[in-house]
Amino acid sequence: MPQFANGGPRSRRGIYPARYSAAGLVRRGLAHQDWPPAWRSQPVKPSYDVVIIGGGVHGLAAAYYLAANHGITDVAVLDKGYIGSGGSGRNTAILRSNYLTPEGVRFYDRSLKLYERLAADLDYNVMFSQRGHLTLAHSDASLRTMRWRAEVNKAEGVNSEVIGRSEIKRLAPFLDVSDEARYPILGALYHPPGGIIRHDAVVWGYARGAAARGVHIHQHAEVTGIEVTDGQVRAVRTTQGDIATATVLNATAGWSTLISDMAGVRLPITTFPLQAAVTEPVKPFLSTVIVSGSLHVYISQTDRGELVFGASVDPFTSYSMRGSFEFIEGLAGHVLELMPALSKVRLLRQWSGLCDMTPDYSPIMGTTPVAGFLVDVGWGTYGFKAGPVSGEAMAETIASGRPAEIITAFALERFTAGPLVGEKGAAAVGH
Amino acid sequence: MILLPCPWCGPRDASEFGHVGETPPRPDPDTVTPAQWRAYLYLRPNSRGWVAETWYHRMGCRRFIKVERHTDTNETRQASQRGPAARAGAGA
Repeated sequence: MPQFANGGPRSRRGIYPARYSAAGLVRRGLAHQDWPPAWRSQPVKPSYDVVIIGGGVHGLAAAYYLAANHGITDVAVLDKGYIGSGGSGRNTAILRSNYLTPEGVRFYDRSLKLYERLAADLDYNVMFSQRGHLTLAHSDASLRTMRWRAEVNKAEGVNSEVIGRSEIKRLAPFLDVSDEARYPILGALYHPPGGIIRHDAVVWGYARGAAARGVHIHQHAEVTGIEVTDGQVRAVRTTQGDIATATVLNATAGWSTLISDMAGVRLPITTFPLQAAVTEPVKPFLSTVIVSGSLHVYISQTDRGELVFGASVDPFTSYSMRGSFEFIEGLAGHVLELMPALSKVRLLRQWSGLCDMTPDYSPIMGTTPVAGFLVDVGWGTYGFKAGPVSGEAMAETIASGRPAEIITAFALERFTAGPLVGEKGAAAVGH
Repeated sequence: MILLPCPWCGPRDASEFGHVGETPPRPDPDTVTPAQWRAYLYLRPNSRGWVAETWYHRMGCRRFIKVERHTDTNETRQASQRGPAARAGAGA
């Protein structure tokens, strides 16, 4: 196990370049002062204790918790684009913990707890709005799965219950809950702590917190190779030079097999695009997050009034991030099925992100057969909500040299040993 | 829109097809080890670039066909129909 220079935990005060405050906002606003940069770029050093590949919420959270919880600050985060340019900036920013397996519920609930106090921890407004999350059931089968989920959730202490049509109508008056709908709504799984957050703010908050503690963030540094000798990671080759290191964390989501292949680690992952779209802003009318598995759509309204729509993954693997007309056509039909009143609302834009799907719809986290090469991958369509807990757990795994307790169920070995963690029933909308 | 070159129906919209993907050869069940079998079940190359993969033309000739596709650009081209992957079954 590698030894790290331990700077020791430091107090939060005095680390940040400038704490954000209401007084500071007024002062800078009146004086027309510029805000100091949230974090600064550093030159690439020839070696680091830990190199994290992927500057999204998972990679940056791991870097932040390595520094904040374990005092390991000689860390580089590499991104081939800019931070948050992959899945972290392309998801629909929905947070929830109402999963199906006890392992999954515990894990995602820890993430939700970290998100609840993230703004205070990072001194960065991440705009978390716990507005409640509704998963609609259009069939007896999905209603049955929801009852199952609700019971597992309650046993794990997560607020989650199945509600009927009148309650749904009260929470979301614009939903068509009539019998005349093509796919009538029979009930819903209601999860009050769920909600939406500002995803870019989460990425920037972690980047700011990590950089202030000494972590280096290198944008536009694409990894071109990983040097492994005698089963141990030695170095990472990048477009900005070679970096010697004994510990590498792969947190690259849709591109994770390309990076793992460089280290000679094969992963049971296939990459699918997932498309999303946003409308023009309208007056606030939707105070909950609406998800329909049968109709492959989820809907929320941002603070700016735009409606954000997400869908299921595309029906074939690809690294292409271009949107398709088929998606828009299908999405519009499904949204109007739920909310006919939206027929005159115009879409502003659509986009696509890459999802690294695993066979059991659970992530792959922890160590690999190559010493010093760790993975935090297989995040499919549920990665953003797990960012904080993944970062915390991977930081603990790197610091202690063995997988953190909360992620032992998600080890890569499960695909050869057998105990899969089947989350298909709760992972998102239909796959 | 992505057109797939079906050797029987000509170029057709990808929405008519089911994606089967890159199909590794099926190991012999009599001699295979559990680890090899699980690798066959779960591991795919997930390549970025040109791949030879299987599609099922479910709304057309209902045959399994092989297509070459670039997974970055989704360009497609006709592939040789020889070999086991083009035959039915393979995990559709």
